[in-house]
Amino acid sequence: MTQESPSLITEEMRAGIGREGPPVRHEVDKTGIRMFARAVGHTDLVFYDEEYAKSKGHRSIIAPPSYLGTPAFSPRTGGGGFTGPGMGPGGRPWRALNGGSEFEYTGVDICAGDVLAAVSKTVSIRETKGSLGPMLITQRETLYTNQNGEVVCRAVGTSLNY
Amino acid sequence: MAEQVYWDDIKEGNEIPRLLKNCSTQQLVMWAAASGDFYQIHYDERFAKGNGLQDIIVHGALKGAFLGQLVHDWVGDKGRVKRFSCQYRGMDYTAQDVICRGVVAKKYVEGGDHLVDVDIWTETGPAADNGRPHNPEGVKTTPGTATVVLPSRAG
Repeated sequence: MTQESPSLITEEMRAGIGREGPPVRHEVDKTGIRMFARAVGHTDLVFYDEEYAKSKGHRSIIAPPSYLGTPAFSPRTGGGGFTGPGMGPGGRPWRALNGGSEFEYTGVDICAGDVLAAVSKTVSIRETKGSLGPMLITQRETLYTNQNGEVVCRAVGTSLNY
Repeated sequence: MAEQVYWDDIKEGNEIPRLLKNCSTQQLVMWAAASGDFYQIHYDERFAKGNGLQDIIVHGALKGAFLGQLVHDWVGDKGRVKRFSCQYRGMDYTAQDVICRGVVAKKYVEGGDHLVDVDIWTETGPAADNGRPHNPEGVKTTPGTATVVLPSRAG
Protein backbone atom coordinates (compact mmCIF):
# COMPACT_ATOMS: atom_id res chain seq x y z
CA MET A 1 0.00 0.00 0.00
CA THR A 2 1.30 3.41 -0.87
CA GLN A 3 1.05 6.13 1.67
CA GLU A 4 -1.26 8.94 0.71
CA SER A 5 0.35 12.34 0.64
CA PRO A 6 -1.19 14.74 3.14
CA SER A 7 -4.00 16.91 1.87
CA LEU A 8 -3.10 20.43 0.77
CA ILE A 9 -6.38 21.57 2.23
CA THR A 10 -5.96 22.54 5.85
CA GLU A 11 -8.70 22.40 8.47
CA GLU A 12 -8.66 26.18 8.52
CA MET A 13 -9.27 26.34 4.78
CA ARG A 14 -12.07 23.79 5.05
CA ALA A 15 -13.68 25.71 7.88
CA GLY A 16 -13.62 28.90 5.77
CA ILE A 17 -15.78 27.48 2.99
CA GLY A 18 -19.06 29.35 2.83
CA ARG A 19 -18.02 32.03 5.31
CA GLU A 20 -18.63 35.54 3.96
CA GLY A 21 -15.90 38.12 4.25
CA PRO A 22 -16.60 41.75 5.20
CA PRO A 23 -18.03 43.95 2.43
CA VAL A 24 -15.36 45.65 0.32
CA ARG A 25 -16.16 49.07 -1.11
CA HIS A 26 -15.77 49.21 -4.90
CA GLU A 27 -16.07 52.63 -6.46
CA VAL A 28 -17.23 52.92 -10.05
CA ASP A 29 -15.98 56.23 -11.39
CA LYS A 30 -15.36 57.75 -14.81
CA THR A 31 -11.59 57.53 -14.62
CA GLY A 32 -11.68 53.89 -13.55
CA ILE A 33 -14.12 53.01 -16.33
CA ARG A 34 -12.09 54.81 -19.00
CA MET A 35 -8.82 53.25 -17.81
CA PHE A 36 -10.36 49.80 -17.93
CA ALA A 37 -12.06 50.29 -21.30
CA ARG A 38 -8.89 51.73 -22.79
CA ALA A 39 -6.71 48.89 -21.47
CA VAL A 40 -9.04 46.34 -23.09
CA GLY A 41 -9.28 48.34 -26.32
CA HIS A 42 -13.02 49.01 -26.20
CA THR A 43 -14.25 51.34 -28.96
CA ASP A 44 -17.88 51.86 -27.86
CA LEU A 45 -18.24 55.49 -26.71
CA VAL A 46 -20.74 54.39 -24.07
CA PHE A 47 -17.65 53.69 -21.90
CA TYR A 48 -15.98 57.05 -22.55
CA ASP A 49 -18.41 59.85 -23.37
CA GLU A 50 -21.03 60.81 -20.80
CA GLU A 51 -23.32 62.69 -23.21
CA TYR A 52 -23.23 59.77 -25.60
CA ALA A 53 -24.01 57.31 -22.78
CA LYS A 54 -26.97 59.49 -21.71
CA SER A 55 -28.24 59.55 -25.28
CA LYS A 56 -28.37 55.74 -25.01
CA GLY A 57 -30.49 55.91 -21.86
CA HIS A 58 -27.81 55.50 -19.20
CA ARG A 59 -27.24 57.72 -16.13
CA SER A 60 -23.56 58.16 -17.04
CA ILE A 61 -20.82 56.17 -18.75
CA ILE A 62 -21.30 52.47 -17.98
CA ALA A 63 -18.97 49.80 -16.67
CA PRO A 64 -17.54 47.53 -19.39
CA PRO A 65 -18.10 43.77 -19.06
CA SER A 66 -16.12 42.36 -16.09
CA TYR A 67 -15.40 45.81 -14.59
CA LEU A 68 -17.04 46.08 -11.17
CA GLY A 69 -15.41 49.21 -9.86
CA THR A 70 -12.07 49.67 -8.20
CA PRO A 71 -11.61 48.51 -4.60
CA ALA A 72 -11.00 51.54 -2.40
CA PHE A 73 -7.41 51.35 -1.23
CA SER A 74 -6.25 52.41 2.20
CA PRO A 75 -2.69 52.17 3.52
CA ARG A 76 -4.21 51.04 6.85
CA THR A 77 -5.92 47.99 5.50
CA GLY A 78 -3.93 47.36 2.34
CA GLY A 79 -5.60 45.25 -0.29
CA GLY A 80 -7.06 46.67 -3.44
CA GLY A 81 -4.85 44.59 -5.68
CA PHE A 82 -2.98 41.37 -6.12
CA THR A 83 -0.89 40.98 -3.00
CA GLY A 84 1.04 37.82 -3.84
CA PRO A 85 0.47 34.13 -3.70
CA GLY A 86 1.05 33.37 0.01
CA MET A 87 2.64 30.25 1.43
CA GLY A 88 2.11 26.72 0.22
CA PRO A 89 3.19 23.35 1.59
CA GLY A 90 6.67 23.19 3.11
CA GLY A 91 6.71 26.96 3.50
CA ARG A 92 7.52 27.61 -0.15
CA PRO A 93 5.47 30.31 -1.85
CA TRP A 94 2.54 29.18 -3.90
CA ARG A 95 2.62 29.92 -7.54
CA ALA A 96 -0.71 31.30 -8.56
CA LEU A 97 -2.63 31.38 -11.81
CA ASN A 98 -6.09 32.60 -12.67
CA GLY A 99 -8.18 29.58 -13.64
CA GLY A 100 -11.36 31.20 -14.86
CA SER A 101 -14.06 33.82 -14.40
CA GLU A 102 -17.81 34.03 -14.55
CA PHE A 103 -20.00 37.13 -14.46
CA GLU A 104 -23.74 36.99 -14.12
CA TYR A 105 -25.47 40.37 -14.43
CA THR A 106 -28.93 41.11 -13.08
CA GLY A 107 -29.61 43.78 -15.68
CA VAL A 108 -29.29 46.77 -13.36
CA ASP A 109 -27.03 49.36 -15.05
CA ILE A 110 -23.60 49.82 -13.46
CA CYS A 111 -22.62 53.46 -14.04
CA ALA A 112 -19.99 55.98 -13.01
CA GLY A 113 -20.96 57.29 -9.59
CA ASP A 114 -22.09 53.90 -8.27
CA VAL A 115 -20.60 52.45 -5.11
CA LEU A 116 -20.73 48.68 -4.88
CA ALA A 117 -20.39 46.53 -1.79
CA ALA A 118 -18.57 43.32 -2.72
CA VAL A 119 -19.09 40.35 -0.41
CA SER A 120 -17.00 37.27 -1.16
CA LYS A 121 -16.92 33.72 0.07
CA THR A 122 -15.04 30.60 -0.88
CA VAL A 123 -17.52 28.16 -2.39
CA SER A 124 -15.25 25.20 -3.09
CA ILE A 125 -11.69 23.96 -2.72
CA ARG A 126 -10.46 20.94 -4.65
CA GLU A 127 -7.03 19.44 -5.08
CA THR A 128 -5.67 17.71 -8.14
CA LYS A 129 -2.36 16.38 -9.34
CA GLY A 130 -1.57 17.79 -12.75
CA SER A 131 1.41 18.33 -14.97
CA LEU A 132 2.47 21.14 -12.64
CA GLY A 133 2.35 18.87 -9.55
CA PRO A 134 -0.19 19.08 -6.74
CA MET A 135 -2.63 21.90 -7.34
CA LEU A 136 -5.33 23.62 -5.33
CA ILE A 137 -8.38 24.84 -7.22
CA THR A 138 -10.33 27.42 -5.25
CA GLN A 139 -13.60 28.99 -6.35
CA ARG A 140 -14.75 32.24 -4.79
CA GLU A 141 -18.09 33.86 -5.35
CA THR A 142 -18.60 37.60 -4.97
CA LEU A 143 -21.93 39.35 -4.84
CA TYR A 144 -21.95 43.03 -5.80
CA THR A 145 -24.71 45.24 -4.37
CA ASN A 146 -25.11 48.90 -5.34
CA GLN A 147 -25.88 51.96 -3.21
CA ASN A 148 -29.62 51.35 -3.67
CA GLY A 149 -29.40 47.83 -2.27
CA GLU A 150 -29.79 46.23 -5.71
CA VAL A 151 -27.65 43.20 -6.55
CA VAL A 152 -25.95 44.05 -9.86
CA CYS A 153 -23.65 41.10 -10.44
CA ARG A 154 -22.59 37.71 -9.15
CA ALA A 155 -19.03 36.81 -10.07
CA VAL A 156 -17.19 33.54 -9.58
CA GLY A 157 -13.43 33.40 -9.85
CA THR A 158 -11.30 30.26 -9.95
CA SER A 159 -7.73 30.44 -8.73
CA LEU A 160 -5.07 27.80 -9.18
CA ASN A 161 -2.26 27.44 -6.65
CA TYR A 162 0.60 25.03 -7.22
CA MET B 1 -20.65 50.34 -34.10
CA ALA B 2 -22.07 47.63 -36.33
CA GLU B 3 -25.74 47.44 -37.23
CA GLN B 4 -28.10 46.20 -34.49
CA VAL B 5 -28.62 42.41 -34.48
CA TYR B 6 -32.08 41.00 -33.74
CA TRP B 7 -32.93 37.71 -32.04
CA ASP B 8 -35.24 36.77 -34.94
CA ASP B 9 -32.38 36.83 -37.43
CA ILE B 10 -29.98 34.64 -35.42
CA LYS B 11 -29.51 30.99 -36.31
CA GLU B 12 -27.82 28.32 -34.24
CA GLY B 13 -24.37 27.71 -35.68
CA ASN B 14 -23.95 31.34 -36.81
CA GLU B 15 -20.53 32.76 -36.14
CA ILE B 16 -20.51 36.22 -34.57
CA PRO B 17 -18.06 38.89 -35.84
CA ARG B 18 -14.51 38.17 -34.71
CA LEU B 19 -12.45 40.52 -32.60
CA LEU B 20 -8.70 40.61 -33.15
CA LYS B 21 -6.26 41.43 -30.37
CA ASN B 22 -2.48 41.46 -30.17
CA CYS B 23 -1.09 42.49 -26.78
CA SER B 24 1.94 44.70 -26.51
CA THR B 25 3.82 44.79 -23.22
CA GLN B 26 2.39 48.31 -22.81
CA GLN B 27 -1.14 46.95 -22.99
CA LEU B 28 -0.35 44.50 -20.16
CA VAL B 29 0.92 47.39 -18.02
CA MET B 30 -2.25 49.39 -18.81
CA TRP B 31 -4.30 46.36 -17.79
CA ALA B 32 -2.31 45.93 -14.57
CA ALA B 33 -3.13 49.52 -13.62
CA ALA B 34 -6.78 49.26 -14.65
CA SER B 35 -7.44 45.92 -12.96
CA GLY B 36 -5.16 46.26 -9.93
CA ASP B 37 -3.44 42.95 -10.73
CA PHE B 38 0.23 43.69 -10.17
CA TYR B 39 1.51 40.10 -10.26
CA GLN B 40 5.00 40.41 -11.77
CA ILE B 41 4.66 37.46 -14.19
CA HIS B 42 2.80 39.91 -16.45
CA TYR B 43 5.49 42.59 -16.83
CA ASP B 44 8.81 41.45 -15.33
CA GLU B 45 10.50 39.02 -17.69
CA ARG B 46 13.12 37.91 -15.16
CA PHE B 47 10.46 37.26 -12.52
CA ALA B 48 8.32 35.32 -15.01
CA LYS B 49 11.22 33.12 -16.06
CA GLY B 50 12.16 32.60 -12.40
CA ASN B 51 8.65 31.21 -11.95
CA GLY B 52 9.13 28.61 -14.66
CA LEU B 53 7.41 30.54 -17.45
CA GLN B 54 8.90 31.07 -20.91
CA ASP B 55 8.21 34.79 -20.91
CA ILE B 56 5.75 37.29 -19.48
CA ILE B 57 2.19 36.11 -20.12
CA VAL B 58 -1.06 37.87 -20.92
CA HIS B 59 -3.33 38.22 -17.86
CA GLY B 60 -6.14 35.66 -17.94
CA ALA B 61 -8.64 38.31 -16.87
CA LEU B 62 -7.61 40.52 -19.81
CA LYS B 63 -8.55 37.70 -22.19
CA GLY B 64 -11.80 37.41 -20.25
CA ALA B 65 -12.38 41.13 -20.80
CA PHE B 66 -11.64 40.67 -24.53
CA LEU B 67 -14.41 38.06 -24.65
CA GLY B 68 -16.63 40.55 -22.80
CA GLN B 69 -15.90 43.08 -25.55
CA LEU B 70 -16.61 40.45 -28.24
CA VAL B 71 -20.15 39.87 -26.96
CA HIS B 72 -20.77 43.51 -25.96
CA ASP B 73 -19.92 44.71 -29.47
CA TRP B 74 -22.07 42.01 -31.03
CA VAL B 75 -25.27 42.64 -29.03
CA GLY B 76 -25.25 46.37 -29.81
CA ASP B 77 -27.06 49.19 -28.01
CA LYS B 78 -30.37 47.33 -27.71
CA GLY B 79 -28.96 44.05 -26.46
CA ARG B 80 -27.19 43.23 -23.24
CA VAL B 81 -24.73 40.68 -21.92
CA LYS B 82 -26.54 38.65 -19.25
CA ARG B 83 -23.67 36.37 -18.27
CA PHE B 84 -20.36 35.19 -19.56
CA SER B 85 -17.68 32.88 -18.29
CA CYS B 86 -14.39 31.49 -19.49
CA GLN B 87 -11.58 29.25 -18.37
CA TYR B 88 -7.93 30.16 -18.70
CA ARG B 89 -6.63 26.87 -20.04
CA GLY B 90 -3.52 28.03 -21.84
CA MET B 91 -1.11 30.90 -21.65
CA ASP B 92 -0.83 33.62 -24.28
CA TYR B 93 2.23 35.70 -24.97
CA THR B 94 2.69 39.26 -26.19
CA ALA B 95 3.06 40.04 -29.89
CA GLN B 96 0.96 37.10 -31.08
CA ASP B 97 -2.59 37.53 -32.40
CA VAL B 98 -5.40 36.55 -30.03
CA ILE B 99 -8.51 35.96 -32.11
CA CYS B 100 -11.76 36.25 -30.14
CA ARG B 101 -14.56 34.17 -31.64
CA GLY B 102 -18.08 33.03 -30.92
CA VAL B 103 -20.64 30.64 -32.39
CA VAL B 104 -24.35 30.65 -31.52
CA ALA B 105 -25.20 27.49 -29.56
CA LYS B 106 -28.88 28.02 -28.77
CA LYS B 107 -31.68 30.58 -28.98
CA TYR B 108 -34.72 30.57 -26.75
CA VAL B 109 -37.23 32.70 -24.85
CA GLU B 110 -37.24 32.69 -21.07
CA GLY B 111 -39.10 34.97 -18.67
CA GLY B 112 -40.07 37.20 -21.60
CA ASP B 113 -36.43 37.71 -22.63
CA HIS B 114 -35.13 36.72 -26.05
CA LEU B 115 -31.92 34.90 -25.20
CA VAL B 116 -29.00 33.50 -27.13
CA ASP B 117 -26.30 31.20 -25.76
CA VAL B 118 -22.96 31.60 -27.50
CA ASP B 119 -19.85 29.44 -27.27
CA ILE B 120 -16.97 31.88 -27.05
CA TRP B 121 -13.22 31.45 -27.05
CA THR B 122 -9.87 32.98 -27.86
CA GLU B 123 -7.54 31.23 -30.24
CA THR B 124 -3.97 31.97 -31.16
CA GLY B 125 -3.19 33.49 -34.54
CA PRO B 126 -0.15 32.84 -36.73
CA ALA B 127 3.10 32.94 -34.81
CA ALA B 128 5.18 36.05 -35.41
CA ASP B 129 8.78 35.43 -36.37
CA ASN B 130 10.21 37.81 -33.77
CA GLY B 131 12.23 35.48 -31.56
CA ARG B 132 9.75 35.70 -28.68
CA PRO B 133 7.98 32.66 -27.24
CA HIS B 134 4.65 31.92 -28.91
CA ASN B 135 1.97 29.28 -29.22
CA PRO B 136 1.28 27.18 -32.30
CA GLU B 137 -1.50 28.65 -34.44
CA GLY B 138 -5.10 27.75 -33.57
CA VAL B 139 -4.80 26.90 -29.87
CA LYS B 140 -8.02 27.68 -27.99
CA THR B 141 -6.50 29.07 -24.82
CA THR B 142 -9.66 30.59 -23.33
CA PRO B 143 -12.91 28.68 -23.93
CA GLY B 144 -16.15 29.96 -22.46
CA THR B 145 -19.85 30.57 -22.85
CA ALA B 146 -22.06 33.65 -22.87
CA THR B 147 -25.77 34.31 -22.61
CA VAL B 148 -27.07 37.53 -24.14
CA VAL B 149 -30.43 39.26 -24.40
CA LEU B 150 -31.23 40.50 -27.90
CA PRO B 151 -34.08 42.72 -29.07
CA SER B 152 -36.85 41.00 -30.99
CA ARG B 153 -38.40 42.51 -34.11
CA ALA B 154 -41.79 41.61 -32.61
CA GLY B 155 -40.93 43.90 -29.68
